[in-house]
Amino acid sequence: MNIFVLMKRTFDTEEKITINNGKINEEGAEFIINPYDEYAIEEAIQVRDKHGGEVTVVTVGSEEAEKELRTALAMGCDKAVLINIEDDVEEQDQYTTAKVLAEYLKDKNPDLILAGNVAIDGGSGQVGPRVAELLGIPYVTTITKLDIADGGKVTVVRDVEGDEEVIETSLPLLVTAQQGLNEPRYPSLPGIMKAKKKPLDELELDDLDLDEDDVEAKTKTIEVFLPPKREAGKILQGEIADQVKELVGLLRSEAKVV
Amino acid sequence: MARKVLTLAEVRDGSLRNVSFEAIAAAKTIAEGGEVVAALVGDQVQAHANELIFRGADRVVVVEHPNLKFYTSDGYSQALKAVIDKEQPEAIVFGHTALGKDLSPKLAVKLDAGLVSDVVAVEEVGGNIVFTRPIYSGKAFEKKIVTDGIMFVTVRPNNIASLERDESRSGSVESLAVEIKDLRAIVKEVVRKTAEGVDLTEAKVIVAGGRGVKSAEGFKPLQELAEVLGGAVGASRGACDAGYCDYSLQIGQTGKVVTPDLYIACGISGAIQHLAGMSNSKVIVAINKDPEANIFKVADYGIVGDLFEVVPLLTEEFKKLKVHS
Ligand SMILES: Cc1cc2nc3c(=O)[nH]c(=O)nc-3n(C[C@H](O)[C@H](O)[C@H](O)COP(=O)(O)OP(=O)(O)OC[C@H]3O[C@@H](n4cnc5c(N)ncnc54)[C@H](O)[C@@H]3O)c2cc1C
Ligand SMILES: Cc1cc2nc3c(=O)[nH]c(=O)nc-3n(C[C@H](O)[C@H](O)[C@H](O)COP(=O)(O)OP(=O)(O)OC[C@H]3O[C@@H](n4cnc5c(N)ncnc54)[C@H](O)[C@@H]3O)c2cc1C
Repeated sequence: MNIFVLMKRTFDTEEKITINNGKINEEGAEFIINPYDEYAIEEAIQVRDKHGGEVTVVTVGSEEAEKELRTALAMGCDKAVLINIEDDVEEQDQYTTAKVLAEYLKDKNPDLILAGNVAIDGGSGQVGPRVAELLGIPYVTTITKLDIADGGKVTVVRDVEGDEEVIETSLPLLVTAQQGLNEPRYPSLPGIMKAKKKPLDELELDDLDLDEDDVEAKTKTIEVFLPPKREAGKILQGEIADQVKELVGLLRSEAKVV
Repeated sequence: MARKVLTLAEVRDGSLRNVSFEAIAAAKTIAEGGEVVAALVGDQVQAHANELIFRGADRVVVVEHPNLKFYTSDGYSQALKAVIDKEQPEAIVFGHTALGKDLSPKLAVKLDAGLVSDVVAVEEVGGNIVFTRPIYSGKAFEKKIVTDGIMFVTVRPNNIASLERDESRSGSVESLAVEIKDLRAIVKEVVRKTAEGVDLTEAKVIVAGGRGVKSAEGFKPLQELAEVLGGAVGASRGACDAGYCDYSLQIGQTGKVVTPDLYIACGISGAIQHLAGMSNSKVIVAINKDPEANIFKVADYGIVGDLFEVVPLLTEEFKKLKVHS
């Protein structure tokens, strides 16, 4: 089976966000594989181990993303591809990213593509469905279970705001991973050693037969700002029963939320 | 500049979702005096059409088909694409719900358009329509404009005020016949796991439990409090990981991001990933036995104490309030 994982490098969830010159400050920040993409990688590896084939992990990003690609290879992916469009594209949005990914994938005959359901930084959840639609294949988002029968029939369980949908579909298919899909493995030491020798290809826009105009962003960020800092409020004092009465009073008369 | 704006109305459990009214309100801002058309899509949904007019839509286009009983991206995109082709809107507003999130990118591709997802505010600034949306799961925000093509956005529930309901409003309701076929993914079964009614992302009140709740059973008092307040129960990842509750309740950077009027955190320490999901709530109450717990740094009101003592007392107190009012 020809399996692809779309992977994004993101800020570590532990990071506080600061702004410098109107931009998110990346100086000194730790980066990780987008947590939902870890589920996608784990599932891809499990599907390959069961059905055979090969897993290629693909990212659109800068050279720094090599580190996360190597981690994915160490987990067990077979090949990695870095599509570096930094020098070619100034403004990038989900339209751009999806077009670049779809252009790369279109002649690769993917059977299964896995993505995260959302990137914890950009947070739009657009890239997976966009890529599927550009390729003309079906997709199912926020999945928590994936079963592929011999013959290509696929049964998927999808999380829908807490309820579950059981969906029948077929390959080729794109799915996006929700928490609960699996328990991503940590790279093992032998895995890390092997990863160093696995192929990691780097492509640019030219290699994909795309011009800057083809992928020009349709939206533009004009400002980035931090939410107003929350001040620590009032810690109530006294007997618990009195505190509870006081709290209810405050929620009613001061905060006016009940 | 007056624009024609299309919104999508969503029906859940037999009623229109609040976010559909909020989408109409957002559409009004974007329309700048132009027409707001609501698309109502499903299997036997016509009865909801007038309500959309009362909530501010100027016109409703209904697409009904047995194959639209369950949401599928193929079925709904066929229906919506037909409405868009007919209406030729200059902007489109969906709710940022499971359905909206799944469907909007597909339509955006069909329209060769950009898409601004998860919008929490819409304003007109110097001739531009400017959208505000959270990034880094609410640790920061960005303002975006659409630079090319149709203006397509999804709005986060609970953030944009819906318009006053007005029964004196009138508008036309028309049906559009669309053949819905060739579904490549079919919903075989829906397993209901959440309580009927209040959805976490739309709840005005959330009572959330953490590892301090100690067991699945320990969520009971929280459920009772949520019930009295007409709210929903949520959880930290600590509680989900420990198996006290389902991951679908998880709030935070890798869970749901919520903005209720009132968030009551019980036995939650306040890790940065949890705060990302809830710190934009209007009012936060923390109940924790550790006075040093980080959650108190973002709480408007805090009670240092045992949640198993405090929560039932709170429930009693709110019950009394209900009786009196
Ligand atoms: C050089 C550069 C410049 C940028 N400039 C801008 C800008 O000016 N304005 C702006 O708004 N954004 C900008 N971005 C951000 C970028 O456009 C978005 O982050 C990207 O389109 C993904 O959107 P998202 O974060 O909403 O991902 P989502 O759609 O939420 O991601 C869902 C899933 O899609 C896959 N995916 C997402 N992104 C990638 C990727 N890059 N490679 C492989 N798979 C992926 C992953 O599986 C992920 O889990 C820039 C990014 C780069 C690298
Ligand atoms: C990649 C990544 C993503 C993550 N995403 C999320 C996320 O989306 N959401 C999330 O919540 N976490 C997330 N986390 C986990 C996060 O770091 C914390 O581990 C988690 O939030 C802790 O949960 P907790 O507060 O319930 O547990 P703890 O930190 O163990 O806190 C329990 C609290 O309960 C209090 N307590 C105990 N007993 C009582 C009692 N009887 N009465 C009152 N108080 C009591 C204690 O004083 C303590 O403060 C993520 C972590 C990582 C690494």
